[in-house]
Amino acid sequence: MIRPPLHQAGLHLRRKIANKLMWVFCIGATLIALVPLGMIMFYLLEKGLPNLTLNFFTQLPRPVGETGGGMKHAIIGTLELIGIASAFGLPIGLLGGIYLAEFGNNKIGGVIRFTADILASVPSIVIGMLVYTTVVLHSTPRPHFSALAGGIALGIMMIPTVTRTTEEMIRMVPMALREAALSLGVSRVRTIFTVVITAARGGIITGVLLAIARIAGETAPLLFTAFGSRYLSTDINKPIASLPKQIFDYASGPYPSEHAQAWTGALVLVSLILILSAAARYATRGNSRMVR
Amino acid sequence: MAAALDKRGIKRRGMFGSGVVDRYFRSTTFLLALIVPALILILAIVLGRNSSGAWFRFNWSFLTSSTWDPSNQEFHILFAIYGTIVSSFLALLIAVPLSLGAAISLSELAPRWLREPASFFIELLAAVPSIVYGLWGVFVLAPILRPVEAWLGSHLPWVPLFTGSPRGIDMFAAGIILAIMILPYITSVSRDVIQAVPATQREAALALGATQWEAIRGPVFGYARSGIIGAIILGLGRALGETMAVTMVIGNMPNISASLFSPAYTMPSLLANQFNEASGMQLSALTLVALVLVVITIIINIIARLLIWSVSKGETRGAC
Repeated sequence: MIRPPLHQAGLHLRRKIANKLMWVFCIGATLIALVPLGMIMFYLLEKGLPNLTLNFFTQLPRPVGETGGGMKHAIIGTLELIGIASAFGLPIGLLGGIYLAEFGNNKIGGVIRFTADILASVPSIVIGMLVYTTVVLHSTPRPHFSALAGGIALGIMMIPTVTRTTEEMIRMVPMALREAALSLGVSRVRTIFTVVITAARGGIITGVLLAIARIAGETAPLLFTAFGSRYLSTDINKPIASLPKQIFDYASGPYPSEHAQAWTGALVLVSLILILSAAARYATRGNSRMVR
Repeated sequence: MAAALDKRGIKRRGMFGSGVVDRYFRSTTFLLALIVPALILILAIVLGRNSSGAWFRFNWSFLTSSTWDPSNQEFHILFAIYGTIVSSFLALLIAVPLSLGAAISLSELAPRWLREPASFFIELLAAVPSIVYGLWGVFVLAPILRPVEAWLGSHLPWVPLFTGSPRGIDMFAAGIILAIMILPYITSVSRDVIQAVPATQREAALALGATQWEAIRGPVFGYARSGIIGAIILGLGRALGETMAVTMVIGNMPNISASLFSPAYTMPSLLANQFNEASGMQLSALTLVALVLVVITIIINIIARLLIWSVSKGETRGAC
């Protein structure tokens, strides 16, 4: 396919130029790919920092149109939603992952793996619709939005990620470790909890933190479930505010003071997610994957 | 006596000791793992049952006509299918060359010390939530696009793509935002796939006197082709289901226009805007929209995973 052009100076030159052009294109593409990141970070800081005072974390929104106030309710709401989502999604994800890794080399295991991949690819807005139809519409005494519904929607989104990373991390534990424990007469359960999970701990924690980082910024599944609120509430049976939803509401409105709040909210949200992602990387140093 | 005790002892361990705990543990994890297929089943039942009303009423015309009129109970979504497809392909058109260039840089060209940090920064883009892209799109990108669109509209008025009012909140903005959002996914998966190409492939080409580009274009791309296509389709799957950022910048107008500078609608943004207040036939129609969307994204994702898997044999499966 590639013939060395021994006596063709022109062809040789053309190939060298093509090679250099390719170099320039690839390096240029990498730089252009980094421009949006730089711009987003720049504007988050430029527009978000001026409002980032203690008040932002300790005060509730002022009446519409007034300046000042904070997003305490949304920060607490987001933390509560993450808590509910973890309480719902983590047991299923972690134990499901253990099942797949330890006992799942059969047809059922294949089905569960396949459906986990399908669940991961369902658009988040559809997860919101699913929870609206199954939880919100069936809540008592009459249908209402609630923090619980929002948490369940986010929890469902955590399950496939956590299941698959847990499975993969546990599978990476050498079989010899398990055999050593089992040969000493240790039961299967104890082997899993004391030997296998201890060895896979870093990777599993990374998976969990990345799953939390991913749902922390989700808005679409909350539109029809947690709904949002301008007031402070921690009741899991009532609509609850969240940073992403509050940013969306503020950005959709006409008031510059609310736009400013939205930018600061976005800065706080992105910082939270970056801290979680950094913690995830720290849990498995040397492992460089970050996308999901 | 001693033997019987021994026997009992052994029996005991087998029946009531660790063996039972093991079995309980196994069935507990099994039941929890079964929740995953159960969720898919529930999703299928909910979407199927709640959308049947709209399906029996409108049938195929639901997909092939463009009237969305809640006051007259007429629901057809061709405009949303058009908006979803055009915005996603616009995103691919922008993101694919950039992603492939970046993937080649990160796996073949860049010095080793630069690869890790550069990959990290590109993957940071994937960590930024959709709502922040939307915010940035509305308040930063749209004002930048307005003069660009106005210039294109006045200098190339005969190109139908560039007609329309240059508001910066339109199909063009949605395509750009989606491109930025899917770029890290395509880049990181194609980088992994390119890195999975055996070094001997490259070395053989280089030993024959090929330039670096020729070694990449022939052997490396040849080997990694299906994986790269998989990465692109994976990006397409993301773009199709993306909701918030698109809803904020696309303008939300139920029409089909050849111009990139006119507002449009996508299937997810239709759901985001109307599901809350819908009831009756509109609710049923919106559920049918969700069903169509889910079926398309699932098919696209399965194709993508199979293609990626065929190159890296399961190595990147969990990562994407």
